[in-house]
Amino acid sequence: MTKLEKNDRLVKLSLLVIALSAISVLAIITVFIFEQGTPIMFRYGLKSFLLGQDWYPSEKSFGLLPMIVGSLMVTLGALLIGVPLGLASAIFLTEFSHRRLTRILKPVIELLAGIPSVVYGFIGLMFLVPFIRNNFGGPGLSVLAASLILGIMILPTVISIAIDSIRAVPDSYREGSIALGATRWQTVRMVVLPAARSGIIAGIILGMGRAIGETMAVIMVAGNAADIPGSILAPVRTLTSNIALEMAYASGEHREALFATGVILFVIIMILNTIANVTSTRQRKK
Amino acid sequence: MGGQLRLQPRTEQKLVQLFMYLMTSIAVLVLVFILVVILRNGLPQLSLEFLTHNPADMGREGGILSTIVATIFLTFIALLVATPLGVGTAIYLTEYTVESRVTRIIRFGAECLAGIPSIIFGLFGFILFVNKLRFGWSILSGGLTLAFMVLPTIIRTSEEAIKAVPSAYRLVSFSLGSTRWQTVTRVVLPSAIPGIVTGVILSIGRSIGETAAVIFTAGSALRMPNSLFSSSRTMSVHFYILAKEGVSMPKAYGTAAVLVISILVINIVTYYLMEKYIKRKS
Repeated sequence: MTKLEKNDRLVKLSLLVIALSAISVLAIITVFIFEQGTPIMFRYGLKSFLLGQDWYPSEKSFGLLPMIVGSLMVTLGALLIGVPLGLASAIFLTEFSHRRLTRILKPVIELLAGIPSVVYGFIGLMFLVPFIRNNFGGPGLSVLAASLILGIMILPTVISIAIDSIRAVPDSYREGSIALGATRWQTVRMVVLPAARSGIIAGIILGMGRAIGETMAVIMVAGNAADIPGSILAPVRTLTSNIALEMAYASGEHREALFATGVILFVIIMILNTIANVTSTRQRKK
Repeated sequence: MGGQLRLQPRTEQKLVQLFMYLMTSIAVLVLVFILVVILRNGLPQLSLEFLTHNPADMGREGGILSTIVATIFLTFIALLVATPLGVGTAIYLTEYTVESRVTRIIRFGAECLAGIPSIIFGLFGFILFVNKLRFGWSILSGGLTLAFMVLPTIIRTSEEAIKAVPSAYRLVSFSLGSTRWQTVTRVVLPSAIPGIVTGVILSIGRSIGETAAVIFTAGSALRMPNSLFSSSRTMSVHFYILAKEGVSMPKAYGTAAVLVISILVINIVTYYLMEKYIKRKS
């Protein structure tokens, strides 16, 4: 018996080691990215990295501002497209549609979340880019194309998280509101949405993280010029594409500068993750 | 907002409902459109020859056999590493400890890991596996990088599956005098297996579709991989190169169709398993 108990303690210890090593992966990644990326940032000055407008790696000019602006622009664009579409779909599927329709559409949307990002990029390249070029002018490879593709890509994330948090609102809230004579829409707007707010926000932030972090789909439709885009029809390069486009042949300081791009991306994502984590725990506590 | 022009609440509801119906249709139609385009252009390219021949002339001719093999190897390595780590972590979190600061840190870490963009995993794998450990561009480097990437998925789904096992099972087992480990291995895990398998299958789907993390760690050589250390090109990387560089659109569509069909099948199986085993119990 004591032998069994001793074994059990051994098991517990080894499981703890496994759990900690799984998490140390995060620490290792952080250390490696920062170790490779930060020295060059301090050598040339943080300011020249964050605010410099010229990216000419061969001439030792590593300004990342166009890419930072580019990432923010396409992410904002993706949210402008993905959030209204996603939220409206989630509200429709939970509050207005037939139960049977929801039972079919929700899994369909979730299945589509698995389509690889390169496929989204390819569809954008084949259909969206020529459409924009022919109807709005410009090269077609643009902020607009990247925003639209990313907006579509974050739809499944936004929809399924919003559906889950709307469903988590107790039915008694709705019954109370309807008993007071409110219409369904009034109930949704004044009772259900405020109650589901933090979950919905967490979903939006996660979608935002996906949009900022997306690489392959963006490379295929964004045009990738390293300049601050003058309009939504101009080409744009994001932080992620900057890394992916040049990593294959970069060496020396050029490679370090790409890791510095990774550091900036990493910091942005971590901030978003923390915000999402805090907001969703807040809802769970309620 | 509705100050000046106040609609009848009923009319307003009708309008809103119509608007939402339209938005939902747009969302669903766009997503379905992507699927239909890939299948309609891709399915005619598929043949036994396409699946059983290696690419020739940079992918302009031939099939995609070597890329299928590379994808399978890479995915296999990723899961071989990530499954024990992930399931072990989940068992620790659910069975061996109570909520504490340590569990909160582990959970938060897993959530952060889930949010890290794949290109960062690619950079990391490139520095650690390809450069520092000198594995080079290889199946091994790519597989290990993917393992880290899918780890959070496996932890989360396993945790959920284990939590869904009714606590009465555990109580009965303890009352018969079993230790915790005996309870875990003989009672909890057997009933949680379908849920754990679900997480593993989900990770297979993610590994197959991943491009950014793989292209800098496994490389893009087109030959058939013959060892853990050979550089090789997965299906998604092959598709990306065919499409981006305009090598061959018909072959790109064909590869995309194989990719999308395998991922859809995997996701449908997962969905079915989830409905059947996880949701019903909780």
